[in-house]
Amino acid sequence: MSEDPGVAMAGPATVSGIASAQPALEDALALGLTRAEYELVCEKQGGAPNQVELAMYSLLWSEHCAYKHSKKLLRTLPTDGKYVVMGPGENAGAVDVGNGQVCAFKVESHNHPSAVEPFQGAATGVGGILRDIFAIGARPIAVLDSLRFGEPSGTRARYLLDGAVRGIGHYGNSIGVPTIGGEVYFEGPYEQNCLINAMALGLGEREKLVRSAAAGSGNTLVLFGARTGRDGIGGASVLASAELGEADSGEDKRPTVQVGDPFEEKKLLECSLELLERGLIVALQDLGAAGLTSSAAEMASKGEVGIDLDVAKIPLREPDMEPFEVMVSESQERMLCVVEPANVGAVIALCEKWEVNSAAIGTVTETGRMRVFDGDELVGDMPVRALVDDCPLYDLRPEKPAAPIYAPPEATLAKNASPREALLALLASPNIASRRPLFEQYDAIVQSRTVRRPEQADAAVLALADGSGLAVSIDCNGRRVAADPYRGTIEAALECAANLACVGAEPLGTTNNLNYGNPEKAHIAWQLTESVRGLGDACRALEAPIVGGNVSLYNEGATAGPIYPTPVVGMVGRLPDVRRAGRLGFVRAGDAVALVGPFAPSLVASELAKLRGEALPDGLPELALDAVIAAQAAVRDAVRAGACASVHDIAEGGLAVALAECCLERGLGAEIEVDGPAWEASLFGEGPGGFVVSGGEDALRALGERTPVLTIGTVGGDALRISLPAETTLSTTLTELKDAHGALAELFR
Amino acid sequence: MRARVLIRPKVGILDPQGEAVQRALPALGFAGVTNVHVGRLVELDVEDPAQLESMCERLLANPLVEDYEIVLAG
Amino acid sequence: MKFGVLRFPGSCDEVDALGAARRVADAELLWHGDRDLKGADAIVVPGGFSYGDYLRAGAIARFAPVMESVIDFAEDGGLVLGICNGFQVLCEARLLPGALLGNANRRFTFRQVGLEVLNSGGSFTQGCALGQRLSIPAKHSWGRYHADEETLAVMDRAGQIVLRYADGENFNGSVHGIAGVSNERGNVFGLMPHPEHAVDGLMGGSTDGLKIFESMRLTVEGAHV
Repeated sequence: MSEDPGVAMAGPATVSGIASAQPALEDALALGLTRAEYELVCEKQGGAPNQVELAMYSLLWSEHCAYKHSKKLLRTLPTDGKYVVMGPGENAGAVDVGNGQVCAFKVESHNHPSAVEPFQGAATGVGGILRDIFAIGARPIAVLDSLRFGEPSGTRARYLLDGAVRGIGHYGNSIGVPTIGGEVYFEGPYEQNCLINAMALGLGEREKLVRSAAAGSGNTLVLFGARTGRDGIGGASVLASAELGEADSGEDKRPTVQVGDPFEEKKLLECSLELLERGLIVALQDLGAAGLTSSAAEMASKGEVGIDLDVAKIPLREPDMEPFEVMVSESQERMLCVVEPANVGAVIALCEKWEVNSAAIGTVTETGRMRVFDGDELVGDMPVRALVDDCPLYDLRPEKPAAPIYAPPEATLAKNASPREALLALLASPNIASRRPLFEQYDAIVQSRTVRRPEQADAAVLALADGSGLAVSIDCNGRRVAADPYRGTIEAALECAANLACVGAEPLGTTNNLNYGNPEKAHIAWQLTESVRGLGDACRALEAPIVGGNVSLYNEGATAGPIYPTPVVGMVGRLPDVRRAGRLGFVRAGDAVALVGPFAPSLVASELAKLRGEALPDGLPELALDAVIAAQAAVRDAVRAGACASVHDIAEGGLAVALAECCLERGLGAEIEVDGPAWEASLFGEGPGGFVVSGGEDALRALGERTPVLTIGTVGGDALRISLPAETTLSTTLTELKDAHGALAELFR
Repeated sequence: MRARVLIRPKVGILDPQGEAVQRALPALGFAGVTNVHVGRLVELDVEDPAQLESMCERLLANPLVEDYEIVLAG
Repeated sequence: MKFGVLRFPGSCDEVDALGAARRVADAELLWHGDRDLKGADAIVVPGGFSYGDYLRAGAIARFAPVMESVIDFAEDGGLVLGICNGFQVLCEARLLPGALLGNANRRFTFRQVGLEVLNSGGSFTQGCALGQRLSIPAKHSWGRYHADEETLAVMDRAGQIVLRYADGENFNGSVHGIAGVSNERGNVFGLMPHPEHAVDGLMGGSTDGLKIFESMRLTVEGAHV
């Protein structure tokens, strides 16, 4: 039950209210509003907003909450599809997976907090995305992480990497949700601005999904979960009354870091799912960025209703919190629900069973206004429309940059290195080396659904009760997007779909996290516009609509330039028989090895080009989109038919790296022949539409009827031997490959 | 009365956290540091300090592998 | 025969253990707050992070009401299997000797490990051969087994050291590579790796974990190999 608010809130030093603290334009600017935005707020409010109101507007009108610079662009993305059950706009999207079940999924970022404190930043990022999943009534079943740091030769990158991986492991493992896949890239442009994106999947029943629109005038709002403290308030601290700042021994009571508690969230999860199961709630929303402010406002906006809230009723962790602090707090592990008055008792009782704090804190009204009370005192009064819907949206002013934005990477490989040296250098390079030292810190098997663990196949695979499977992949090569935002983004989506095809899965839907620099700069606006155009075209061609996602902008420092444009794509697919899920490693000596698909490799913007210190090109080679998609379908069907022994998508490092990875998975070598004058591009060139497939000759011949198939060798032996033109051979033992591939282990000693 | 219980690994038991801290300090320029151990602090207000030992034995520490020290504030 | 699988706040692998047990016999979840063991013939204390691993892993769970009944059950000779966090709970409850400490590598580690069966005559391993190698996944950050030399000598003589990590696989630094131990009487057994995650060839390729649940069933039903 709620605390006695009298002790928490009273005290002469902290009385807040409309009269006592009247912020002005300077405060609005300090909070991130522009002058024009502040004037618009005044107009909507019919006067200058008070402390509570300004705090709430500044958050809801921030880029992070309002998507001011991206919303218009995002509206161009395809969101309809035959499997879509819940599209963008809810806590998570959901696709139909048969038998009355849906898979809910979404990706989100927690970039800026992670740069401050990587462990808690990454942990709370996982916590936040998990809450989005169970907020719609789905049980979380998996997490994937998508991370980017500066080059690991630097201590800061290693510190962030170590903290982030520990944090993701800590949260996911403790709450009992397996982390089944992910990706990590190391590039100079991420040095000052790391990227921590987390994707989650959940399973739920179609008929029991719940939405977040508040409804029913007179219904009660119940806040449940952890107590509210000062987590994440930092930025809004300019609003604090002067007394609070002086009163104590200089101790900073307003931490910017949110601290997560997976044990609390586990209880919250079970409690939420049981509340939904028992039909006790009308609407549910989790508290994420901007805490109660955004949750309550968004619930009201979606339901086209009003809300009255009393901060005095909220269970607090800290004494003497001002109303604006309560509204703005980002304390973790909290949910807000709308309950019919008759059910409030049952809701509170269920929360008690799960040892979760709860309190009735407000009412749904017909006023269309958000009214914040502190006991009997009205401390904030805003029209809901103004808060949520009337935030100005901006048009981007894109302009292709005339000169390169990004410095060329440092060369780490001599231009005249032999093919053998190049392969070993690629395998040992941070973007390609085995991620085992990372993923071994994650429990990938809890809940007993995991059929393909990391490094066993190109996509993670989970079993469903009916014997079908879910496959999921998360991908984006930011450097290639920087070279060509339109084509590079298409490649990211194609990479996901190719990975799904390798395990036999057909795409159902897509989520995306757009990570970019400052969109007010013309060249960043261009990157963003071109990326969204590419993403839309790719998802339409793949018939994998966007069901939800996230945008993170302003990822650039004062001294450092912007990050590479990084549209992280997450894709979920389904395969009919999970026993036939594909694997990437060679299985049997004697199997034929083939290069499958309309692969047109180019060294442009490849990992080899990066190791050689080459500058980014202006543009990527053209894509044969339809042919690539046809190849994916052919491979997918071959895997489903059980026709292939192994299938592996060709990605960073090209064919040679893909072959090495196929050899390493189960410790079987291969004899390969690569021909033609452009053999270097054939070996190390990159681009979509290429697969390494092993199996019987007949199976490969059948594949050849639908897509290009070139037999290039045979599985066997304890070495990878690639004979090249002019009597050259690239020859490495499996041991040498394994040693090179294990390069990341030293980052975690 | 305010009590603090300091809990540390028993001498002779491998303390990888302590070792990690001991390795990290010289890298930051702090020389001459040895014998580092990392433990736990439990702070509590108790009405009957005589119960503290029993609390430690039963819950706050694992006497098989940890030593504890009870410090009473004034 | 019926297994009772305990569920504490924060348990994670209890549903997995329930599923594994059901491949072999009936099984039911037992809520931590309830002293009633519901006629279970064997108890499984599952993996996870009971009470968030607060204070020490298993330190709080050991005092749960259901554990009072489990302790009585064990003292009467009932079979009790502790997996990972469950092993930690049983050591805290003094139903098993020794303690589990933080991994020597200071990290949570998930890895499929090879285990050697050192004692195959007992209630939990009678379905295994002596020296047999089992492939079972381990996933934990507090799995380093510790007991003093005197205790270890006693345990060794009494055949209480049941499983050890195969050479090169002891990532957590357990003394003598110990992965699983039993009490003197042989009716209580704890191990850090997760047998409930090695019961279906589709998930990880090994069904070696099933042998432990099978052995328990054989024991309860009075059969001896």
